Amino acid sequence: MTVSRAHGLLASLALAGIAACSSGAAGDVAGASAGAHRGQGGTLSAVRARGAVKCGITQGAGFATADDSGRWRGFDVDFCRALAVAIFGDTSKVQLVPFTQQQRFSGLQSGEVDLLVNGSSVTSSRALERNFHFGPVYFYDGQGFLTPKSSKVARAAQLDGATVCVQQGTTTELNLADFARKNGISFKPVVMEDLRGAVGALASGRCDAISQDGAGLATTRTMLRNPNEYVILPDRISKEPIAPVLRFGDDQWLEVVNWVFRAPVEAEEFGISRATVARAAQSSDPSVRRFLGLEPGVTDGFGLNARWTYNVIAAIGNYGEIFDRNLGPKTPLGMERGLNKLWSDGGLMYSPPFR
Amino acid sequence: MSAAARITTARGQRPVRRGATRGIRSATLTIVAVAIGAVVLVPFVRWALVDARWTGTADDCRREGVGACWAFIGHKLPFIFFGLYPPAERWRPALATIVIVALVIATMLPLFWRRWLVAAWIVALGLFLWLMGGGGTLPHVATQQWGGFPITMMLTVLGLGVGLPIGILLALGRRSRLTVPRLTATTIVEVVRGVPLVAVLYLSVLVVPLALSTGVEIDKLLLAQAGVAVFAGAYLAEAVRGGLQMVPPRRLDAARALGLTRWQSMRLVVLPEALRIVIPAFISIAVGFFQDTSLIVIIGLFDLLNTARLAAQDPAWLGFHTEAYVFVGAVYFAGSALVSRYGLWLERRMATSTRRT
Repeated sequence: MTVSRAHGLLASLALAGIAACSSGAAGDVAGASAGAHRGQGGTLSAVRARGAVKCGITQGAGFATADDSGRWRGFDVDFCRALAVAIFGDTSKVQLVPFTQQQRFSGLQSGEVDLLVNGSSVTSSRALERNFHFGPVYFYDGQGFLTPKSSKVARAAQLDGATVCVQQGTTTELNLADFARKNGISFKPVVMEDLRGAVGALASGRCDAISQDGAGLATTRTMLRNPNEYVILPDRISKEPIAPVLRFGDDQWLEVVNWVFRAPVEAEEFGISRATVARAAQSSDPSVRRFLGLEPGVTDGFGLNARWTYNVIAAIGNYGEIFDRNLGPKTPLGMERGLNKLWSDGGLMYSPPFR
Repeated sequence: MSAAARITTARGQRPVRRGATRGIRSATLTIVAVAIGAVVLVPFVRWALVDARWTGTADDCRREGVGACWAFIGHKLPFIFFGLYPPAERWRPALATIVIVALVIATMLPLFWRRWLVAAWIVALGLFLWLMGGGGTLPHVATQQWGGFPITMMLTVLGLGVGLPIGILLALGRRSRLTVPRLTATTIVEVVRGVPLVAVLYLSVLVVPLALSTGVEIDKLLLAQAGVAVFAGAYLAEAVRGGLQMVPPRRLDAARALGLTRWQSMRLVVLPEALRIVIPAFISIAVGFFQDTSLIVIIGLFDLLNTARLAAQDPAWLGFHTEAYVFVGAVYFAGSALVSRYGLWLERRMATSTRRT
């Protein structure tokens, strides 16, 4: 099962070739040289040899910020730590590498990090043209609207004729125009260089609404001097499925990331939390026992500790706990779960079974 | 430059007319200045001082909601200055910064311009790197965790320190009679000066890792430091070349006549005089680089500016980014203003000492 360390390093060098050239021809050569270990790239062995997962992040309130003592915290950071727990059983075995939006993909391609957990959306061009793999969607976002409560607007379609502030140079403005055309209404878009300017414009009434991604709206709302007088409308006019991004050509690493990102969702579906995971391990429910690694042949592939799911839930918590701790109503960001509720509650979060 | 400008105006206008227009012009200028002051300065002072809140929590600040929230800076000060450095070890970057700042101040005083100063610099930089990185009795701290003011100081000081010898070599190369060194030095200087620092930083962080295969991992901070040093080298080279050109050729002839070799006369006679001439230019380049180091924000390193930005993204303190920028601006301004005032003082002092000889 486990690739030997020496072989893993060779494979990782071969992969380096693919990453550096990212051309089809080089990929074939590397695939042939990997031979019997086809599909088992060297990322996992490289991670083990290094003793840490290298996780590319992008700073953003609630997703990746440093606390007063300089420790990284946030929704994205927790998922990076979950990987460290699954592989090493230790939340600290992770190196968080901050990237700007411009550097992130070349940082991944050059092998500086093992994956990106930084709010990148899954798109066809990134997968088909630029040859990146995506793990499971761990956050469903979309463009929405922030309006003052005093305007008494409940749905985006009621914003006919409104002045809407958007950021320059993003797809936000195009999405807005599409939405207006589809609903037969009109907006007066005011393009701002910087959303900080938009905060002032909304506060002074120069804009009737701000439009940006949902996560950004929550941050913008918190920046206002009196956040409780503003509301984020429930409509989402674009799809921004956020998923971890991986280099092409390492199926083994892709599967590790897939299942580690699914484990917190599955735990929430079972109602298992940090507090209850120890009790759940005593359960006689066979599906819970399989999930927590108490039955052989379910979670022990690739040389992972069979009880890694247990360790992840005990250290990081289930999906709901991760969300509430970093983004939820009790945090200053005060985000609603929305699309990120479990499928059984009307959301889109759904884990394939651990079986 | 200001002196030159003053001479041209004085020569270009007749004294009588100048006296008449000066009254009107200065009155207009005064009125404009007062108007600008009233429009810009009064609200700023109200925001920054009168209505400001100095203590309390983010909620206290939001409730009052008019003035600046300096409580945010107070709360985040250790983070802004030392970034992601482990809190238990923060005394190390603090001490390292004190060492560097003390040596910068010592270097600024002509009293300490002795041969041992070079040795002191080497020891101090070694001490700085040991305190920051660890080794021996101190636990290791990876460069990814370095941040804040020590990074700003390191990039500036090490950049200029490594840049100066590079600059001298390039300047000598550019004035060489031999074709190969001259062309090499000229090409390096012109290419580096013709490209913005941002482009070099991007290039070194995006392209260098792609060109080298994975596994070979180059420290981002090292790449940035090398970029700044080469940049400083190219800019200093032009300043040093200017200094060399100002030394009269007679000096070199006299030294050669005394029996010194070409290299000896360059090292003992020409260079000391040229470098003395270059000091004011060196100081203005130093101030420029102190500010330019903040460009490393774009490659995801955490200098003073970026730690302040990161502090303003803490969900508990969202909304106080203006305070963060104003504070960092004040730190940069204080540093730059002190050094340029020092430059003026030194220029005056050197002018008198030249007159005396």
